Amino acid sequence: MLIRSNKTSDLTENDVTDEKVYRDRRNILKGLGFIGAGSLLTQPAHAFNWFGSDDEDLFQTNELTFSQPRAFQSDEALTPEDKVTQYNNFYEFGTGKDDPYANAQDFKVDPWTLTVDGLVENPITLSFDDLFKRYGLEERIYRLRCVEAWSMVIPWIGFELGKLLKDAKPLSGARFVAFETLFDPEQMPGQRSRFVGGGIDYPYVEGLRLDEAMHPLTLMSVGLYGKTLPPQNGAPIRLVVPWKYGFKSIKSVVRIKLTNLMPPTTWNILAPHEYGFYANVNPTVDHPRWSQARERRITTGGLLARNRIETQMFNGYEEVAPLYKDLDLRKFY
Amino acid sequence: MRVKPIKSLVQKPVRIPTHLLTTVKSAIHLISLSWVAYMLYLTISDAIPGDPVDALLHFTGMGAVNLLLLSLTVTPLAMLFKAGSLINLRRLLGLYAFLYASLHILTYVLFELQLEWTLIGAEIIKRPFITVGFVAFIILLLLSATSTSALKKRMGSGWQRLHNWIYVAAPLAVIHFYWSVKTAELEPIIYILVLVLLFWLRRDKIARFIARSR
Ligand code: HEM
Repeated sequence: MLIRSNKTSDLTENDVTDEKVYRDRRNILKGLGFIGAGSLLTQPAHAFNWFGSDDEDLFQTNELTFSQPRAFQSDEALTPEDKVTQYNNFYEFGTGKDDPYANAQDFKVDPWTLTVDGLVENPITLSFDDLFKRYGLEERIYRLRCVEAWSMVIPWIGFELGKLLKDAKPLSGARFVAFETLFDPEQMPGQRSRFVGGGIDYPYVEGLRLDEAMHPLTLMSVGLYGKTLPPQNGAPIRLVVPWKYGFKSIKSVVRIKLTNLMPPTTWNILAPHEYGFYANVNPTVDHPRWSQARERRITTGGLLARNRIETQMFNGYEEVAPLYKDLDLRKFY
Repeated sequence: MRVKPIKSLVQKPVRIPTHLLTTVKSAIHLISLSWVAYMLYLTISDAIPGDPVDALLHFTGMGAVNLLLLSLTVTPLAMLFKAGSLINLRRLLGLYAFLYASLHILTYVLFELQLEWTLIGAEIIKRPFITVGFVAFIILLLLSATSTSALKKRMGSGWQRLHNWIYVAAPLAVIHFYWSVKTAELEPIIYILVLVLLFWLRRDKIARFIARSR
């Protein structure tokens, strides 16, 4: 709210409604491109925290208990938490990098159901609590390489997708795994309006080959920096595939379906010549509008940081190379 | 075919007091300079959550386009209200558009590509959205370099002909903006509509420009 002197503790029913109306209005303004008329308005505004949520109305995250296997720790500089949580692509909450943080704080994650079905012997339904309890959680520090040529280093917390899939017992015909994000236009302004959501046909869908999904690096993440995920990072559960461009790592997943055919994937539908099904990080295959040979690593140091580094094949996760030994990665980008 | 200029909305010319005009000019100076200085401070000190390079690239790009379109509203306003003295604002806004565009490109070269020279050349040639931005920038550069009153006098009618190229630079800048976003977004579409409106208000001029360059 623009002007508010009372503390959250004296919030009345009315104030709560106001807050919602205010946010909706803000979205309308954004939709019309007024607030969004360039960061001439939004960037400094966010710096002053006019529109950005005050701390008291931030989404509540909780501490998690997890192990820290040595193999997945790292001595690379981490991306600070505020950058991981305030610089996001999550078009369900708006196309600007600061939109998800600004618009997602009221997102409801409990109750949640994640179903695993399709070509499996044993379909599974996970409740909100199951997400954190069914499998032991571990911290894994992974590089995240966005297709837009920037990257971060993030301490995720989660469990291997392979464990969940094994429990579901894939049938012999299963060759692919299809993922789907929550569809809830009430909560996701980008799904309500084509203009807020960048003209994507929601729900957002992604897919992996079954062997990619079973790879031990493939993670279902429920947290970062020691706590449960905030909505802008894909609460309560998201995929993390560290050797692929970030858009493969679908957020706020409600369904995992095993299939025999290659499933459609959102960015591939939108621009097939720019985004392939595989989307493996590959410095030798450029995006039509920019080079993928190098990337800027976002950590600290501000504008003057010399942070441009070589992009590594498979984002440096060479152990996945055998998955693609028979595949022409130029053709199947 | 001769297209008539737009009719003014007023009978008598609106006279704008000199001190008001001076105030508006000072405000343009103050806002354009302090805003970008503030953004530089925020990005250099890493006070922006997220990527400082992206934030500055976005800010300077939007600033350049906004100032460019503002400079194009000056003449229609002056005509609609018969307020000739407004024309003084055009050069100022145009020069700030150029300053912002220059900072935009400097941000790209110094902080995004970090002086990877071979890539810079390749990007300008290979990527249509960069090519378009580059051409827009070259036009702005030529217009800015010839913007002094002395040169205007010396160049005679050639000056006007050169400066008509603003009607090429502006759409190129907006196309570059439209092209730079990943999906259909409303913001660039609004800019296209505003540009169409501005062109419509100067349809007489543009008709002549097109006729002459045939
Ligand atoms: C050689 C010249 C230019 C280069 C290399 C260049 C480069 C870029 C790049 C890399 C982006 C960011 C794309 C992205 O991150 O999505 C961008 C966006 C943009 N540029 Fe330029 N540009 C040039 C000229 C111009 C000019 C002359 C203007 C305006 C007068 C301009 C206005 C914009 C705008 C409005 C955006 C969109 C900002 C945003 O939404 O983030 N550019 N440009």
